[in-house]
Amino acid sequence: MILFEALYVAPPALTAQAPILVIAGPLIGACAAALSPGGRTAWMVSMLTAAFALWMAVAVAGEVAREDVIDYALGGFAPPMGIALRIDALGATMALLVASIGVMGALYSGHALESEVKAEKHTLFQSGYLLCLAGFLGLVFTGDAFNAFVFLEVSSIGTYALVAVGEARDRRALPAAFNYLIFGTVGATLYVLGVGFLYAATGTLNMVDMAMRLATLGDNSAVQAGLAFVVAGLGVKAAMFPLHGWLPGAYAGAPSLVSVFLAATATKAAIYLIIRFVFDVFPEGEFGEIFLSWILAPLAAAAVIICSVQAVFEKEVRRILAFSSVAQVGFILLGVSLATPAGLSAGVFYLVAHALMKGALFMAVGAFAISVRARTVEDFSGIAREAPWSAAAFGVGAASLGGVPLTMGFLAKWSLVSAALETGEIWIVAVLAIGSLLTLIYVGRMLEAMFFRAPGRGAERAREAPVGVLAPLFVLAGLSLWFGVDATLPVSMVNASVSALVGAAP
Amino acid sequence: MSEIALQVNFGLNIALLLMLVAIGLAIARTRSLLAAILLMGMYSLASAVWLIVMDAADVAFTEAVVGAGISTVVLLGAILLVRAGPVRHNWRMTIAPAVLVLGVGGLLVYAVTGLPEFGDPASPTNAHVGRSYLIQTSDEIGVPNVVTAVLASYRGFDTLGETVVVFAAGIGVALMLGFGPRSNLPRAPAATGDHHVVLRVTAKLLIPLIALFAFYVQFHGDLGAGGGFQAGVILAVAPILHALVFGLRGTIAALPVRAVRSVATMGVLLYSGVGVVCMINGGGFLDYDYLFPPSVEAMIPPGLMGEPYHAHHWGQHFGIFFIELGVLLTVAATMVTIFYGFAGRAAEEPGAST
Repeated sequence: MILFEALYVAPPALTAQAPILVIAGPLIGACAAALSPGGRTAWMVSMLTAAFALWMAVAVAGEVAREDVIDYALGGFAPPMGIALRIDALGATMALLVASIGVMGALYSGHALESEVKAEKHTLFQSGYLLCLAGFLGLVFTGDAFNAFVFLEVSSIGTYALVAVGEARDRRALPAAFNYLIFGTVGATLYVLGVGFLYAATGTLNMVDMAMRLATLGDNSAVQAGLAFVVAGLGVKAAMFPLHGWLPGAYAGAPSLVSVFLAATATKAAIYLIIRFVFDVFPEGEFGEIFLSWILAPLAAAAVIICSVQAVFEKEVRRILAFSSVAQVGFILLGVSLATPAGLSAGVFYLVAHALMKGALFMAVGAFAISVRARTVEDFSGIAREAPWSAAAFGVGAASLGGVPLTMGFLAKWSLVSAALETGEIWIVAVLAIGSLLTLIYVGRMLEAMFFRAPGRGAERAREAPVGVLAPLFVLAGLSLWFGVDATLPVSMVNASVSALVGAAP
Repeated sequence: MSEIALQVNFGLNIALLLMLVAIGLAIARTRSLLAAILLMGMYSLASAVWLIVMDAADVAFTEAVVGAGISTVVLLGAILLVRAGPVRHNWRMTIAPAVLVLGVGGLLVYAVTGLPEFGDPASPTNAHVGRSYLIQTSDEIGVPNVVTAVLASYRGFDTLGETVVVFAAGIGVALMLGFGPRSNLPRAPAATGDHHVVLRVTAKLLIPLIALFAFYVQFHGDLGAGGGFQAGVILAVAPILHALVFGLRGTIAALPVRAVRSVATMGVLLYSGVGVVCMINGGGFLDYDYLFPPSVEAMIPPGLMGEPYHAHHWGQHFGIFFIELGVLLTVAATMVTIFYGFAGRAAEEPGAST
């Protein structure tokens, strides 16, 4: 966060309100987009709003770097009476990530929507997109357990609809969206049940206050059940194995903009909230340790192995990437489950790395989709010859996913392995090794088809994507490369996040 | 409460809970979608009564209006759109939900053992923040209905979020069902010689009364049970009833699809706009104490509302008024948008109805 300490990017009056503006900006933007006369205007609104949210997120990051934690009392009521936003280094990092992806997605949507979504739906689509953005940003900023539920719902309801819009390209988007809706609603219900029990036991919804009261409460079955419900509910949203059933269909069927945005932010925001609850709200003690090492770690390991294998045997590129996402969530949660500062920072670093590379990969697939209807790996044969720039960006993302040196993915895997070695959990190292090997297999299969095979029946008609699509794609892929060489910025942010969480620098 | 009253209350609780269990089982057992929807309406009504017994009038109101009223209409609209046929059951469809239900049920039972006793005045929910709300509302907010104070002021940001959720649902339905041709909407049947005279006359009488009642609920929210969500849903019932009895064509002519959608957006804008105005005047987002700059507040005549308790906290009073209005607009317009989405389609594909 050193870099941000020197940043004063907004006037002081605006900076003081920046935490809420990060959320309120996209909310108001969503209304403006819905009222826009046409798709073009809505797109401009979307761009401006996302850029504004990013600007404010940078301002918040600067404040957090200087002051460690920002509290923003909504309505002027101090918590626990009122709702408060509470942003530490982890929240600021997540907001920067979500807002950056939001800007890239908005930029990308200028061209991507035209080929995938009917023109008459563009205004409402952009509105839904901004609602999701506001939801995820609210989720990472809020310091209130019930407010988090509200934002979880804002973002979820938006995403269900956005996924379903993919039916114009792929009819399977409809059942996928329905699946997502059912899974997501069950998850949200479990979460709110859990918050209800925690409220009954503590009488408060503010996370800091709740944590203090839980610490003095001792063993209580309502608290234990509450925490279990909260984690299970968030686990559905985070696609934690075995609650990930909604994800492959949703990612594969959604319009590519939505896949990009979801893959890079949706599961990440839920993982963030899990980390928040486990390390900030849960009372320290046996219960949390049992959860981490006997439930989270095995499930994460199962996700890494099983879903990587599924990805290896999958034929469609988007579904490969989707199964890979579930497996990568496993990698992230394995790091978190170590519960050491090194493990946590490896997990958070992996989270950022994965957001950037999966964003780039789905964006590249979307860039191909503008000109050709390619679905399976076969369809992508030789596409690199027709669309070299998009393919190059895909290659960078895939290399990062596979953990090739000089990419961010490599650093992420490396820090994960060293964190696991440090704790002496050899089985985790073994799981990481097997998972990485499987990743290399499916990544290699896609790259081999794209770069080294003769153009297939789909690829011949492929054209290079327009600049408006290539620009955000290059930014995401470029960041995966840049942070692979010089990781000072993300590493300092992640370290600050982890020391905010556990109170010790890794 | 006296001992007997407590026992009666306890008995009522048990009876209503048993009723809910019975209806729940019936919903699970029935194979008819229509029956399931009607039973779900009954479930909502029964739970509304139960909430009344627990003195949660505001929640009961919402449950009755939303659960038993509008969602029944929307679900009925939905089954008109789908071809319902027998579903083949396989073991996965039985096992997975069974595991989920048993797991959640088991955990719930386990959790109940750790909960404070029902109605215990010293329980955390009654002793901590809840108690502070009861004590401080009259000083800080100045409205008699504490539920409204919590909902609209103390936790007004949540309510903004909930309003946005409703708005997002409307956007979602509009994205999925709101487009495409609607040319063959059925014309309203001729005024004479049909079998629906009673229905039409009654509807004509009821629609203005429903709208009037909605506004009563809206503006009464400060004083008693009510507020924007309940009023919005009640208000939406007026055009929906009009469409059901007189045909969709006439309703859409009066309330065009795009206009209704815009109204839903305006509601969210009004709500967040109040927040922004408070911010511009130097407070935090949604800090109604800053809604009016001091110069404006000085101009408000003290007896404006004719109620002594409004003499102070003009900001809070008007803040709640405006945001409740925003909620009303968004909820009412979204409900109508959702209804349009379903009803427009139903008229489009008459062959698909069951």
